[in-house]
Amino acid sequence: MTANAAARGTPQPAPAPEKLAGELGLTPTEHQRIVDTLGRVPSVAELGAYSVMWSEHASYKTSKAHLARLPGEGPAVLVGPGENAGVVDVGDGLAVAFKIESHNHPSYVEPFQGAATGVGGIIRDVLTMGARPIAILDALRFGDPAAPATRRVADGVVCGIGGYGNAIGVPTVGGEVDVDACYDRNPLVNALCVGAMGRERLQLARAERPGDVAVLIGQPTGRDGIGGASVLASASFGGADTSKRPNVQVGDPFAGNQLIEACLQLFARGLTAGMQDMGAAGIACSTAELAAAGGLGMRVDLDRVPLREPSMAAWEILCSESQERMLALAHPAQLDELLAVCRRWEVAATPIGEVTDGDRLVFTHGGEVVVDVPAASMTDDGPVYQRPIDAWIHPRAGEDVDAADGAGAGAEAGQAGAPMASADLAAEWAELLSHPRVADPTWIAEQYDSAVGSATVAGPGADAAVLRLPGADGMPGATRRGVAITTDSAAQRCALDPAEGARQIVAEAARNVACVGARPVAATNCLNFGDPTRPTVMGAFSATVDGMAEACRALGTPVTGGNVSFYNATGSTDVHPSPVVGVLGVLADVGAVVPSAFRGAGDRVLLVGAPTRPGLAASLWQRVYGELAGSLPPVDLDAEAALHRLLVGLAGDGLLASAHDVADGGLAVALAECALRGGVGVRVTAEAGLSPRQWLFSESPTRVVVSVAPPEIGQVRHAVEAAGLGATELGETVDEPTLSVDGVATLDVHTAGRAWRGGLPAALGGGVS
Amino acid sequence: MTTRVGIVRFPGSCDERDAAYAVGLVGGEPQLLWHGDADLAGVDAVIVPGGFAYGDYLRAGALARFAPIMGAVAAFAGDGGPVLGICNGFQVLCEAGLLPGALTRNANLRFVHRWLPVRVEAHTPWSAGVQPGSVLSLPVKHGEGRYVHPQPHRLVEAGQVWLCYAQPDGSLDAAANPNGSTAAIAGVTNAAGNVTGLMPHPEHAVDPLLGGTDGPALLAPAAAATAPAG
Repeated sequence: MTANAAARGTPQPAPAPEKLAGELGLTPTEHQRIVDTLGRVPSVAELGAYSVMWSEHASYKTSKAHLARLPGEGPAVLVGPGENAGVVDVGDGLAVAFKIESHNHPSYVEPFQGAATGVGGIIRDVLTMGARPIAILDALRFGDPAAPATRRVADGVVCGIGGYGNAIGVPTVGGEVDVDACYDRNPLVNALCVGAMGRERLQLARAERPGDVAVLIGQPTGRDGIGGASVLASASFGGADTSKRPNVQVGDPFAGNQLIEACLQLFARGLTAGMQDMGAAGIACSTAELAAAGGLGMRVDLDRVPLREPSMAAWEILCSESQERMLALAHPAQLDELLAVCRRWEVAATPIGEVTDGDRLVFTHGGEVVVDVPAASMTDDGPVYQRPIDAWIHPRAGEDVDAADGAGAGAEAGQAGAPMASADLAAEWAELLSHPRVADPTWIAEQYDSAVGSATVAGPGADAAVLRLPGADGMPGATRRGVAITTDSAAQRCALDPAEGARQIVAEAARNVACVGARPVAATNCLNFGDPTRPTVMGAFSATVDGMAEACRALGTPVTGGNVSFYNATGSTDVHPSPVVGVLGVLADVGAVVPSAFRGAGDRVLLVGAPTRPGLAASLWQRVYGELAGSLPPVDLDAEAALHRLLVGLAGDGLLASAHDVADGGLAVALAECALRGGVGVRVTAEAGLSPRQWLFSESPTRVVVSVAPPEIGQVRHAVEAAGLGATELGETVDEPTLSVDGVATLDVHTAGRAWRGGLPAALGGGVS
Repeated sequence: MTTRVGIVRFPGSCDERDAAYAVGLVGGEPQLLWHGDADLAGVDAVIVPGGFAYGDYLRAGALARFAPIMGAVAAFAGDGGPVLGICNGFQVLCEAGLLPGALTRNANLRFVHRWLPVRVEAHTPWSAGVQPGSVLSLPVKHGEGRYVHPQPHRLVEAGQVWLCYAQPDGSLDAAANPNGSTAAIAGVTNAAGNVTGLMPHPEHAVDPLLGGTDGPALLAPAAAATAPAG
């Protein structure tokens, strides 16, 4: 297709290839593997390309062997793991693409751009599947609020998410936040994107016809982010953090907005024959994946790639992670129309190569062949590691913290066994309400546009966000059908018991989705862990995968995609095992959404699901008043699944005034959240058989607080019995400004509200507002 | 006959589909207008929607005013046609000189998105049927929504202050002002009254499923029927 396409020859061997390989992060064994694959010494460009493709971030070489144990198939799954995002059939001819991905390391180096480009990257993953991005959620973990960097990092991350998400025109509708000293120098920024499309628009990242033209769409290629993913995500930080700055990509949401509209036009007109976004490892990765997935080759002329800096070397062009770029394949007869669409949207589009017979991926630069390798060797033949595994055992797992009412060794030892004054319990209640984990998210949520697209039926603060699906042209209100989406995690539980912790976060995420009335159908996960060369970290990872697999099978939520992030550590201390799961649910009618807020005075308040059991291990109460220790009360996944079916049924029949998951902070926090959100009071009686503190703050799983209008009580009780579950009538909503647990603790709404609303700005605010 | 409402789509607009949805809900016929076109396709009213036109990297609205469509919008406004700028659209109309004043960064330098009470101060074609003094519940979502004007009292005297941020009971105080706007101004009109701009988003307040239904009160021309001859 060009003069350079005729270039012949073998790439020039790299000078000092072993040394260069080492600098690029390849091990001697990996370097030898390249030599064996090629039958010669690789060129500089080839070494660069292999180093990014075989990096932990791009190749999953450590996690692959374990991830295969996760269920990826289900009746609603159209596209499972391995593509840019999972795709689920949601009925009425509509499909939803969704995936979560980490941008942890860049967000410590440069919080604003790290978070911004994390959002941009996951939006393009979803767009690549043919979907219009309709929502963003963020699971965020910051350090101890008292640590010097925490407020700066948190502020930068929140501004970065808003700066990108608000301007690209995709609403940020939910997520979660928590703080822990293990994230002091390694925040977690996991961004989830949901996209909507007609089923027939589904795009796959696969080359299908030799002769198809490869078109680079979007921003010019620069030196920003060269090796960013591979280098930043595959090594821990030493002291000289600022030395990594050039590796962080820079986002341009305006270019992203134009790219979305241009690509959606291309899909609508059927002008593409394969599409791949350029994230980690840039042109090398997108071309190799498109070619390898189709069992074909590709020939690309790097001289045609628009550059920001003409002096860029071939390996830099191949590995650049410049943002807002896509690689599209087009039939030659449709090329002009494709280019015209891009021109209309003022998005650059440049043919740079073509799909070829055979299996070779060939790049030319300056008239020379600089890369000539089997495409699949980059994507499929990378190393797979069975890293040594040792059981993850928390030193204080198994301690009986519940017998002494949470006051186990190290926790308020002086109080153990002493009777609790009601005033103390009320003070504990207010204190927990101000913890960033459960405090009112408004301080963060107000910095995001959650409304654009006119799809957000339930936004920040809801148990799960609910989106009404747009029509094929993106117009709001085209259907009553919707999806619910939430993220969940519980790193402290996972630190005590990774397998049980993983089961519980899946259960809780799916429960949140069921609380709004949606049927959980699929999951996505982001597995944030420490140094995988430590056998105990791999032990926790393996146990997490097993626990997650078991829960996802039991609850009908196959994992359709996700991401693994290793080497997360503060100094030499690994972060807690920190899996995050996103669960997607389907609603036939978004008008039937159940809110978490109490509706008004006079409704009955019930606890539905499993009975409350002792459960202060890894609880919010223990985090505030004790030290991490104990055993988790295990989740019964059969009961959990029955609870979800019950909630969806009750919502569909319109029998619930509200429903809210009992999670961090236990019943006390759940009741307060329902009341504060609803602007009403609540008066309940504690059940017998548990100490007051356990009843208030236990986090035993499979429980939901619902409120029901008195005439519906009989029907609700009947449905609960039929489901084989329990329902305890706790009390009722009242027209007084009080949160009262008779004889145990009472908070006035003003005190509770001040604690709850002030928690986040007090912990993370920079004093600006 | 249904009113045809043109909605200008700049590169970087975000809320144009929301505006179209709202126009349709109140009974108008939305028509997207392309920034590069130089005519308005004969529409009866024009909305310049929210978003980040051209990225707003320079100053919100500073580039959009040079788009070819804006010449047609200015001519339409000069002929007395109803024009509404919402959020970024308000910024664009100020930059284009079709509305007085300017929008600058919020006083606390943060993006703010919340529902709040807005008091109607004046009659305009866009709020026909709404009595001054009425308080509406609308969302704002902006980083550069702080309205500034060197002589706000002149605007008040001229009846050009259209909307103010207020308490739910209609009283004005600093706590009700989300961005530090001069005199708590949330929306203004031109001297003739046919061109209006506001930072709150009426197009996001048209559907009970999405939080509120006070928006249509500020979208009157979209709901009005036009003469068949038009």
